[in-house]
Amino acid sequence: MKLEFSAADEAFRREVRAFVSANLPADIKRKVELGLRLEHEDYVTWFRKLESRGWITPGWPVEHGGPGWNHVQRYIFDEETLLGGAPRIIASGIQMLGPVLIAFGTEAQKKRYLPNIRHSSTWWAQGFSEPGAGSDLAAVRTTAVKGTDADGEHFIVNGHKVWTSYAQWCSMMFALVRTDPTAKAQEGISFLLIDMKSPGVELRPIRMLEGGTDLNEVYLDNVRVPAENLVGELNKGWSYGKYLLGHERTGIAGIGSCKQQLARARTLAEQQGLGDDPLLRSRLAQFDIELMALEFTALRLLSANQKSRVPAVEASMLKVRGTELRQAIYELLVDIAGPNAVPFSAEAQFLDCVGDLPAPVELGTLAANCLDSRKLSIYGGANEVQRNLIAKAFLAA
Amino acid sequence: MDFSLNDDHVALRDAVQRFCDGEYPAHQRGNLETPELAATRWAGMAELGLLGLPFDPELGGSGQSAIELMLVAQELGRSLGGGAWLSSVVLAGQLLAKAGTPAQCSRWLPALASGDLRLALAFGEADSRYDLSRVATAARTVNGVCRIDGRKTLVLDGDTADVFFVVARSAGATREPHGLTIFAIDAKARGVHVRPFATLDGRHAAHVDFDGVEVGADAIVGTAGEALPLLESAVDGAAAALCAEAAGAMEALLDLTAEHLKTRKQFGAPLAKFQVLQHRVADMLIALEQVKSMACAAAMAVDAGDAPQRRRIVSAAKSLVGQLGRQVGLAAIQLHGAMGMTDECRAGHYAKRLLVINQLFGDAAHHLQRLSAQPQC
Ligand SMILES: Cc1cc2nc3c(=O)[nH]c(=O)nc-3n(C[C@H](O)[C@H](O)[C@H](O)COP(=O)(O)OP(=O)(O)OC[C@H]3O[C@@H](n4cnc5c(N)ncnc54)[C@H](O)[C@@H]3O)c2cc1C
Repeated sequence: MKLEFSAADEAFRREVRAFVSANLPADIKRKVELGLRLEHEDYVTWFRKLESRGWITPGWPVEHGGPGWNHVQRYIFDEETLLGGAPRIIASGIQMLGPVLIAFGTEAQKKRYLPNIRHSSTWWAQGFSEPGAGSDLAAVRTTAVKGTDADGEHFIVNGHKVWTSYAQWCSMMFALVRTDPTAKAQEGISFLLIDMKSPGVELRPIRMLEGGTDLNEVYLDNVRVPAENLVGELNKGWSYGKYLLGHERTGIAGIGSCKQQLARARTLAEQQGLGDDPLLRSRLAQFDIELMALEFTALRLLSANQKSRVPAVEASMLKVRGTELRQAIYELLVDIAGPNAVPFSAEAQFLDCVGDLPAPVELGTLAANCLDSRKLSIYGGANEVQRNLIAKAFLAA
Repeated sequence: MDFSLNDDHVALRDAVQRFCDGEYPAHQRGNLETPELAATRWAGMAELGLLGLPFDPELGGSGQSAIELMLVAQELGRSLGGGAWLSSVVLAGQLLAKAGTPAQCSRWLPALASGDLRLALAFGEADSRYDLSRVATAARTVNGVCRIDGRKTLVLDGDTADVFFVVARSAGATREPHGLTIFAIDAKARGVHVRPFATLDGRHAAHVDFDGVEVGADAIVGTAGEALPLLESAVDGAAAALCAEAAGAMEALLDLTAEHLKTRKQFGAPLAKFQVLQHRVADMLIALEQVKSMACAAAMAVDAGDAPQRRRIVSAAKSLVGQLGRQVGLAAIQLHGAMGMTDECRAGHYAKRLLVINQLFGDAAHHLQRLSAQPQC
């Protein structure tokens, strides 16, 4: 046991830090630091910088373009990029679909899709949730019926997906669809790749609380999907979905984001003349303690699990704690803004509108950020459901 | 001690509830008001007597106390309604009624009560945070003419006010308790610049600049140089009403959430069947009951008129309500799942109002500090 990172890890940290400061465009960094909205181009620009260094797909095996990092290196990378003001990696292609294709896809699928994910030229939408299937994902009702015609084998897909993040930027979607309506809930589901430009796909943006429209409803009306777009075996989609969600959750503790927001809180507190406020200082110190506990827990669990690829219960624990801590820090940020958290304009969330705002720009986005952060405990498996999983695994043992 | 309502209270509450049910349809609650809608609702409140509630009958009011204001605030909170009622009637109107000269009162209060005029209190400044004595706006008097220079921030409903009551420093250094004077300034006076904006909870406010605005000594409301105690009691009165509003908002939000938990099914059962969610709701209900009690206590303390006691109880109430209101609001979003994060779902609108309530007139931390600085009664 040793409290410090190894010299090699520290050297790696410096390398990542230097890369971020040399390559992250100033306007993107500014947007991230002010909590402003990022555009599609911002992500693509940054992801391509990472790709050119071979760092965009830290979770992928080396033969598919991964950098071959261990858990600690991945952890350091996440932390340093976020602390340096870089956008987080959100492309569901990189973190979700990629690992599934690598594990279960055909050679043709890997060849066709993986490079485009790495180059950020194809963005993938995650088509899992439906109006009646949220936490209970096995309740998906979107159907895919297999048929053959002059153009070959295909599925005809009908249904309604919802909460599809960034679908407006995506040309492809991976979806869970029901291929055997007679089987038990989890056994008749397949994992299908759908071209978003196919006839019959319709997108409707959903307006969110803080004014954003990054979520969408996706209507699928007799959409024709070539049979080769089935991933793995027919009716085995549930297990691929579960594999994918495990990958979704591992990065979700967001320790780098916690640190970044806590640093933001300290800076703003100084600027607001609250640097000596004893109450605020003790709240900040309490967050330091909680963050430290989370960080050491993450590192301990990760090092104990060097060999397991998807540490399921551990990931759930880190998710619950990490997301709730981050939300609490966002609430603190609102308190630091004080009365300045009250004015609101959706425009205030864009860099080119920061000229004439009713609140100082660094404070004007905090309430919106706080509201937006509520999603952290809902998506990626709602925290109540995570707690159920954690308790169940322990009590069943 | 007596927390019970008499028949008149119940009648008032029911009347306001009917009004709100009509004016604020459930699916629109919390939306930004158009000027037309705001005007209709304002006229309705005037008709119902809500705009004159605390003023003397000879000034067009009905002479009610903070208890009645609390009952009204609670109903308005339930429907996320009320527009400029809090800022114009509870805050600015009561300040005027308490300290204005007979000429000032009869000039503005009947017009306020009838819905023809709106007042706004301009006290905050960019650096003042929640400190009422931190005033840099300057008032200089030369030959009986007062010249006001300064910038006021977050003037609630400052975009539609006809008259501003502006807190300015006529003597002393920033943060000194003495030397503050309140001036009544016409919104159309030369040198007044209003910069309107929307607030997080879909309401209206403005920053207002006063550039060399000139008024006579007759514009002074209350005692020159000694405005702080008056300002403090007006703000405490509004804070108490906000606590009641929070109680109403939380109650409506809990009803909404219960409805959702009973109808939304996952894993083959209504969400209401999951014990962890039941416990969440139980905690929210416990919070609601405490908020209601503290809102009652705050209203009674405002009525009692004993300043140290009022400060203590209002601070306790505002601090607790600020925290619990925000907690309940955010918890309700969680229980609604992704639906709760959408603009269409009302849960988020209640959460936003509850979040803003904590940020107005002193947040939980501010009132905790004010309370801890108070002598024990
Ligand atoms: C910002 C955002 C982005 C998203 N992006 C995507 C996306 O790209 N693709 C996609 O497919 N989906 C996406 N989702 C959907 C997300 O996966 C679901 O919101 C999530 O699974 C929860 O489902 P639900 O919203 O239907 O809530 P529900 O399942 O209706 O849950 C409501 C509440 O009940 C609780 N609950 C449910 N079941 C239980 C139980 N058994 N025991 C105790 N409590 C329970 C939940 O924890 C929650 O608090 C996104 C959601 C958000 C908020």
